[in-house]
Amino acid sequence: MPVLTEATVREWLEEVKDPEIPVLSLNDLGVITGIEVLGHSHVQVQMTPTFVGCPAMDYMKMEVEQALQKRGIQQAEVTISFETPWSSDLISERGRAALKQFGLAPPPKQALIEDLDFLEHVECPNCGSTETQMKSPFGPTLCRSIHYCSHCKETFEQFKPL
Amino acid sequence: MNTDALKELLYKIADDQLILGHRNSEWTGVGPLLEEDIAFSSMAQDKVGQSYQLYQMLHQMGEQEPDTVAFMRNANQFHNSQFVELPVGEYDFSLIRHFLFDHAELIRFSMLSQSSYEPLAQLARKIKGELKYHVMHANSIIKQLGNATEESISRLQKSLEGALPYALGLFEPSPFEEALKEGGIFEGETALQAKWEESIRKIVEQTALQLPDLKTLTPVYGGRSGVHTEHLQPLLDEMAEVFRVDPTAEW
Repeated sequence: MPVLTEATVREWLEEVKDPEIPVLSLNDLGVITGIEVLGHSHVQVQMTPTFVGCPAMDYMKMEVEQALQKRGIQQAEVTISFETPWSSDLISERGRAALKQFGLAPPPKQALIEDLDFLEHVECPNCGSTETQMKSPFGPTLCRSIHYCSHCKETFEQFKPL
Repeated sequence: MNTDALKELLYKIADDQLILGHRNSEWTGVGPLLEEDIAFSSMAQDKVGQSYQLYQMLHQMGEQEPDTVAFMRNANQFHNSQFVELPVGEYDFSLIRHFLFDHAELIRFSMLSQSSYEPLAQLARKIKGELKYHVMHANSIIKQLGNATEESISRLQKSLEGALPYALGLFEPSPFEEALKEGGIFEGETALQAKWEESIRKIVEQTALQLPDLKTLTPVYGGRSGVHTEHLQPLLDEMAEVFRVDPTAEW
């Protein structure tokens, strides 16, 4: 039997998607911050929430456990940690493309920004115009803000930079 | 490390977040416009979630489970400031409280992100990023309404004057101020208050509102040592109603 590696486990987890954005894997979202293989049937996964109050965290944790159990891992342990805090810069390039395809504007890079003014003029995911305004920093989920495009006259959401 | 000092600090911060989170949630479904309804609901969700992680940290230090701590204590066991337990009132009061409170919280968590207690520093680095959005929201709406009509300005001014003595109660000194400073856990309420004054002044100056001389006000203290207004216990009863009926319920 081949030796179980971290890379294999990460590949297995590719099938676990964000429950609210089903085109985005948890890997690409950047919430899986550590994988440790402790034995051929013992894996520890460290996860961190996008937002501290994210209500989907327990669900995602359960899905990761189930994905590992399905592959025959008897001891699948998932812990929540803030050691590596999530920031929107942890979303992979593939994840950013998936967000856009889903109709959500991806967050601008270089997070940990002092100034949030750049939330104005976010590129519209429908028509690509930057003639947009932020309507509210709060949207249908904690990780989204609401914007309006003056060019195509559509309201759209952005995955917030954090 | 002084564990008593750390616990006292964590309890008061967590209790502030929990209680204001619940007050904010009272706007869910009845906000004056959809975006504001969503904003207060989102901030409620953030704050309750943040309080949960702080209670979780306390649990790891030997305190009870987060749900037990949140739902089974009576008013005199809560360490929140009286400011956060006041009823939501008219929307102008809720906005002013949001503005005054979140400026203080953002600075508090920025300070705590340098804490010598590493688990708290880690969590604070995370929370401060979230609170930036709360402050951003507060600033934008205070600047809009604070420069809008005679009515909006006079309403906000009246609420500001009523809220400030309570807001100053956020900085009620703890019996552990020196221990927290010496241990590098937290820079202390005095330092926080000074930064807060500067921070709110910068925004108020961009509006038609007048910030009273804070030195002439008497801060409303007591909350940190369990002294509360008559408004807290009914809120706790409502919050804990389901939990007390069946603490093992899954929902």
